[in-house]
Amino acid sequence: MQWINTKNNRPVALNDIPDISIEALREQIIEFCRKGARVVSFFGNPDGNNIKIYSVLANDETSNLYIASSSIDKDQSYNSITREINPFHIFERELYEDTGITPIGHPWLKGVRFGINRSNLKSTMENYPFFKMNGEEVHEVAVGPIHAGIIEPGHFRFMCHGEDVYHLEIQLGYQHRGVEHLIPLKYKCAGIHLAESIAGDTVIGHATAYANAIESLAGMEISRRAQSIRAIALEMERIAIHIGDLGAIANDVAYLIGNAVFGATRTLVINSLLALSGSRFGRGLVREGGVAFDFTEELIQIFKTRLEKVSRDVELMCATMFESSTVLARLDNTGTVDTETAKNIGLVGPAGRASGISIDVRTDHPFGIYRYFPIHKHSMESGDVFARTYMRYIEIRQSLEFVSELLLNLTDDKPLLQSFQPLDPKSFVVSMTEGWRGEIVHCAITDQKGDLAKYKIKDPSLQNWFGLAQAVRDNGISDFPLCNKSFNLSYCGNDL
Amino acid sequence: MFKVLKVRAHQGSQAIPDIKKAEIVKPFRGLPILNDLKCSACDTSCKDICPVNAITLNPLRIDLGKCIFCGDCERYCQHNAIIFSNFHKLSCSLRESLLVDKNKTAENYQKESIQARKELNKLFGGSFKIRQVSAAGCNGCEWELNACGNVNFDMGRFGIDVVASPRHADAILITGPISQNMAPALEDAYQCVPDPKIVILAGSCAISGGVFQTSPALNREFISKHPIDLYIPGCPVHPLTVINGILDLMGK
Repeated sequence: MQWINTKNNRPVALNDIPDISIEALREQIIEFCRKGARVVSFFGNPDGNNIKIYSVLANDETSNLYIASSSIDKDQSYNSITREINPFHIFERELYEDTGITPIGHPWLKGVRFGINRSNLKSTMENYPFFKMNGEEVHEVAVGPIHAGIIEPGHFRFMCHGEDVYHLEIQLGYQHRGVEHLIPLKYKCAGIHLAESIAGDTVIGHATAYANAIESLAGMEISRRAQSIRAIALEMERIAIHIGDLGAIANDVAYLIGNAVFGATRTLVINSLLALSGSRFGRGLVREGGVAFDFTEELIQIFKTRLEKVSRDVELMCATMFESSTVLARLDNTGTVDTETAKNIGLVGPAGRASGISIDVRTDHPFGIYRYFPIHKHSMESGDVFARTYMRYIEIRQSLEFVSELLLNLTDDKPLLQSFQPLDPKSFVVSMTEGWRGEIVHCAITDQKGDLAKYKIKDPSLQNWFGLAQAVRDNGISDFPLCNKSFNLSYCGNDL
Repeated sequence: MFKVLKVRAHQGSQAIPDIKKAEIVKPFRGLPILNDLKCSACDTSCKDICPVNAITLNPLRIDLGKCIFCGDCERYCQHNAIIFSNFHKLSCSLRESLLVDKNKTAENYQKESIQARKELNKLFGGSFKIRQVSAAGCNGCEWELNACGNVNFDMGRFGIDVVASPRHADAILITGPISQNMAPALEDAYQCVPDPKIVILAGSCAISGGVFQTSPALNREFISKHPIDLYIPGCPVHPLTVINGILDLMGK
């Protein structure tokens, strides 16, 4: 097979990407995936009257990425890959919505986000084809788009029998702002700011993926110090949100002290990010060419002291919470996604790791400073709410240690921020980072002038939403909020 | 039980004692202080690098309704004509008040930005219930609004709460640039809030569309159709900006 072989953040010339027939592409994808490869990106890009489908597969053991493409007429169709390789289900839905190319035999070809550039404008939020279930004692519960708390909008429809959920259908798209449309138009002045807003809870994760993509297309290598600061910020983001999630989960099982303590502890973490970057979410820190803010000796000391306190507080609270029988009774065996199901869905991130899927971009496809400071991968097997909760605790501890280590090893090389360089023309790059939700994938394509022609974003939520739908099956509907918090997925990240 | 008490004792008191006097440490970017004399309105200007078109020159002005407080202009300007201060009480009752020029200082901003409405204090002073609607908000402002209710900021102490049903609400608080796909639901929620009702826009996206202002995927009819009572700038809004804005609006 002649797929071009590359790595994370290593651009390839567009002309070097093999263009094969759609049948061959499909067959080779199936063959690759049966040998252990995994889909990380699969999308269509208009190419004259045709659509060019790009497929990016990852081999996590060798850190290789394989890319191939196929030009196909807009009205053409092909046999769905999903039937053979399940994790393609959401990618094929997205391809179908964006381009109109039909994967024949796909089990549920429904809209993903109802974007402005979708191929069929007659398919709308209002006429979404929900599944129906019939029977005398069957009923439906519709929730959203506006939910009870302060949370992004999305529509959940439960098909229930009494209290038991048979199936949950999740309809998204309310958050569509056209990010992928805007980035190529405005990347010179607003690219990084748009990237920071792809999902406002994953500012550093997405901004780093974007900056890495642009820098690699421009052939820039940023300083070790800048790489370290980005990684510190990425881990601080992970720590902050994971602690916030522990608080939210505690709240959902009426363990109020957990909610209070984790809420206050999270404040310490994000206020440390503020002390570095002027924003509690790290906005303004990551820029193309490096970072905009530096650590002083004084700030390093502040970070160390604060993180020690965070570590103590988390340990004490978690030791108490995970010993509480009333908490464990709610978390254990609730919302289980077993390893087999998780693999079929293609779960990523902590949700995947809680279900026994040991993948982590920081280790498998390392970027930035992670190339020099490897992260040990953790995974659990039970795949229930407890596992997803405990996985967060494990990752908080790991990230705290990692940040401490990086703070000790900050190099003095300069510059912190380099100026913008022109991008290589006719190139393709895959940029992956491990955000706190999991694998973030950005694919960028430049045209013959070196301008961004296509920017494709994949937030981990795209795959994981279906994990939530599977998790609540055969659970009581009252456990839905708990299951939802244990995933804490992004609506914006899906809707873009 | 003893362990829980131990945790409780270890935590002590976490609440910020005086929300009105609390300050946010530097390098937090709040009110930009502009020095028109230093500004040379140069060719390679801050205006062009601003991602949200918030800056106008001759005279130098920044629209805080558009500004995302990224700080890029401050770093870019070689004449130090733009310096972001850590002053955070940025909420305004009029859209025009968000335009900042060289005459704006923290003191006069605070005086001129919000006209306290005593009738609101009479109606809602003891209990102010908010229905928050995220209309394509990126989850940044949403996290910060959640933080308003945590043990540190604890806006519940002023009788300010977020409620689930718009029927129970006195106000609707919008985050996000308002996507086409979310516009109908937002309008429905607004119609469900009983009169008299207050509309609050939180964050640059809600006020102006922010970094998405040129996106064809938005539908901002709501903003032109309904009167707005309070603008809370920020990207995202800081909890102290939110709580102080609401308190100032009521003159509390």
